[in-house]
Amino acid sequence: MNTKLKQPFFLLVFGCILGTVFIWRGYLHTSAETLDREGALKRYGFFMEEVAKKSGIDFVHEAPRQLDNRLEHIMPIITSMGAAVSIADFDRDGWADIYVVNSGEGSKNRLYRNKHDGTFEEVAEKLGVADLNQPGDGCSMGAVWGDYDNDGYEDLFVYRWGKPELFHNDKGKGFTRVTDTAKLPAWINAGTAIWLDFDGDGLLDLFIAGYWGEGIDLWNLKTTKIMPDSFHYAKNGGRKYLLRNRGFDKRGAWLGLEDVTEKMGITTRGWTLAAAATDLRGTGKPDLVLAVDYGVAEFYANQDGKGFVEMGQANGIGEKSKSGMNVSFGDVYNDGRLAIYISNITEPGQLQQRNNLWIPERKRDNSRPLRYQNLADSLGVAKGGWSWGAQFGDLNNDGRLDLFLTNGYISADKNRDYWFDYSYIAGASGTIISDANNWRAMKGSSLSGFQQHCLWLNRGGKFDDVAQAVGVTDTFDGRAVCLVDLWNRGVLDIVQASQKGPLLVYKNTVVPENAWVQFELEGTKSNRSAIGAQIKLYWNDQVQVQEIAGGNGFSSQNHRRIHFGLGKNPRVDRAEIRWPSGQTQVIPSPQVGVLHQVKEAK
Amino acid sequence: MIYGLSHPPGPGATPKPGGWFLKVKPFLAPMLITIILLVGDLQYRILQSYWYTALAIGTSVALEIVLSYIAVGRFPHLASAYITGISVGILVQTPDWFPFVLCSMLSISSKYALRVKGRHLWNPSNLGVSVLLFLVPSAFAPLSDQWGNHPAPTIIILGLGSVILFTLGRLHISLVFAATFIALAPLRGASTYPQWMGELALLTSPSYELFMIFMVTDPKTTTLTWRRQCAVAVLVGVVDTLLRLNRETHAPYYALFIVAPVTNLIEIWWLSRQNARAPLASADTTSQSTRGEAAGVVN
Repeated sequence: MNTKLKQPFFLLVFGCILGTVFIWRGYLHTSAETLDREGALKRYGFFMEEVAKKSGIDFVHEAPRQLDNRLEHIMPIITSMGAAVSIADFDRDGWADIYVVNSGEGSKNRLYRNKHDGTFEEVAEKLGVADLNQPGDGCSMGAVWGDYDNDGYEDLFVYRWGKPELFHNDKGKGFTRVTDTAKLPAWINAGTAIWLDFDGDGLLDLFIAGYWGEGIDLWNLKTTKIMPDSFHYAKNGGRKYLLRNRGFDKRGAWLGLEDVTEKMGITTRGWTLAAAATDLRGTGKPDLVLAVDYGVAEFYANQDGKGFVEMGQANGIGEKSKSGMNVSFGDVYNDGRLAIYISNITEPGQLQQRNNLWIPERKRDNSRPLRYQNLADSLGVAKGGWSWGAQFGDLNNDGRLDLFLTNGYISADKNRDYWFDYSYIAGASGTIISDANNWRAMKGSSLSGFQQHCLWLNRGGKFDDVAQAVGVTDTFDGRAVCLVDLWNRGVLDIVQASQKGPLLVYKNTVVPENAWVQFELEGTKSNRSAIGAQIKLYWNDQVQVQEIAGGNGFSSQNHRRIHFGLGKNPRVDRAEIRWPSGQTQVIPSPQVGVLHQVKEAK
Repeated sequence: MIYGLSHPPGPGATPKPGGWFLKVKPFLAPMLITIILLVGDLQYRILQSYWYTALAIGTSVALEIVLSYIAVGRFPHLASAYITGISVGILVQTPDWFPFVLCSMLSISSKYALRVKGRHLWNPSNLGVSVLLFLVPSAFAPLSDQWGNHPAPTIIILGLGSVILFTLGRLHISLVFAATFIALAPLRGASTYPQWMGELALLTSPSYELFMIFMVTDPKTTTLTWRRQCAVAVLVGVVDTLLRLNRETHAPYYALFIVAPVTNLIEIWWLSRQNARAPLASADTTSQSTRGEAAGVVN
């Protein structure tokens, strides 16, 4: 090439590459589509309308305000969680009720009883499960429902940064505190808890995971060295508790729970924010998956109820350290395999952890651990901002599981961003970051706040975010999410708890041509809540599996009722139920558009 | 947050005769970076993926070969392109493959396109990362893995890095930059009192240490004499502080992005003025020998 032409040529090459960057920038900056109700119904088959106030729900979450003074400069970070919600039909009237926790000192938790007419009434105070945030006791972080004594009524476990509490449900007419009988630990800074029957004895056991170390009282610190000792491999979080239900003595008195954590092989001290259990390996016993902040996700493989073996590294989900905040399961391909969704952090220009959708390998080789592959990016569910709770559910009844994800960390001053300050501390050595004194003051800054939530519609092989288009437009700092058919209409509504924000209820409207079927199970040999029961529904030459959970997502619990969307004119072949006892039950050609109440055969 | 890596000292330099050390000298930095990368990833999984790192290296090397043939008609020394590729592989954090390719291409092509009097003005990977961070922040983030917040990586990077920089005669640049960063800490920390420790916390971050050791010291884009190099290090530190006072998270990338071309251009202008005054007179020997190392042909 002519020497004189070389420099212009190189400039042209550089310019072309730079031009590609600009084109790419334009491609990345596409704005979200917005539609009206009719447009959304026509295009996506459903529309969401926020109706909390209309329904008589006026709950606004409060965070703790009076922690140790030495945490004052980073209070928004320390008190960034606690907005939790869980669903149960506590009075067995056939309608889902909502329990929502509060965290401010002296604030009240609420139990919203469904009045069947589209509204709710607050009954927590009357029934004795409201006043759970008194100074000295800690602050509520979440609650899960489970019938620990198999009397047919869902009991309530409330976990706190403080003293955990268990309440016996007195036939839906009140609650009795049974914490002492249960022999619960005195103080846990719990990040999550779930009910599960890990040993298949027909009695619900309880798993609780600490977030902060259990020796820490955030209101009266002995030291300011309470923060994680690493942003990626922290080992100074709270311990875990696997509490086995001891059953009843000859007189029928409950013997409480016994701590079998270490005996069962659970010894890690990660900063756990979410736990969920389901049978992922086809053994009939629930495995346990933990989302761990400042660390790697953990996968505890159940060894036939006799112990757990951690195999996150071996199966892939624990390969890379992230900031796990949610665990939920969903059969995204309608092929009978449960994928694991773990939410993390994505912030433009700052952090690209991205959320993980762990899909199990299709063909199982029993000679080695089940392997998972993260397909979140290729399926389009990776970028969710500072992600928190997420739940799978068929929101438009088209026969595929969609995914709702809430997000947003701290929404404060829009003009002041804490990411800059965060970058100082995040890179420092462990001894520096573990001391709260070394964290820069927040001074009203936001940190990944005001984020738009994601409602990913499953298109079969790809998910599209349609949140704005279908009416999910709030930008509160979402935490817990539940999917539930609140008004027995054959559709899934969304309940979202927001940190220092209102409890939101998105009422779903779905086009009527999309069919559905629901199942409500009651165990007899298995635990009566049927937690751990799996239902496989076969229709239109496909199969979708769902499982009843004793808590899932982030600080949340969906209704125990299982909902399947079926699409148009479905040909439903059968529903196969595998109970936690190991028993299977088949319902041939279950009628669509109906709730099937199924009792385990004795 | 991690900052940058850069180029090996003098792959395009004319080797001085004698001694095995001089022969391996150009490979010291590539070897160190490779060791750091492998140890970091095996221990702390710092890489997005080996494939993407390989893609970045492959893109850098391939483009370097093509452009070098067009520029000078011969096969280039590949250490420089290798370093650029591996830097991009470490610095760019995203599950997408595209940014790795784009960043590598921007970095390598800048060496050929943005030149004045035979010298390129920017550290290539600094330019690639800075441009992408500025234009498409939503597409990726710079290395955010913190190597476990463990002291071991710090010891390895500072220890090995210092030894190699010393042997290459460039340790003073890192030390002056660190001293500037420390000296300006009270100014930066005035607004964050009493959490002043955070101001120095970055010095314990492997990410920041990599920036100090490898990117600021890049022989191709720093000035030529010892004193000027120190002055540039001070300037990078000052601009870094100014950007930090403006709450810019990626301050060091942008500081070097701003300072390097400006100081290089000033030096080029200064040298051409000197040469014009006394075209045959020999400038100071240090300048000459270092310039030979820095300018060379496109590499």
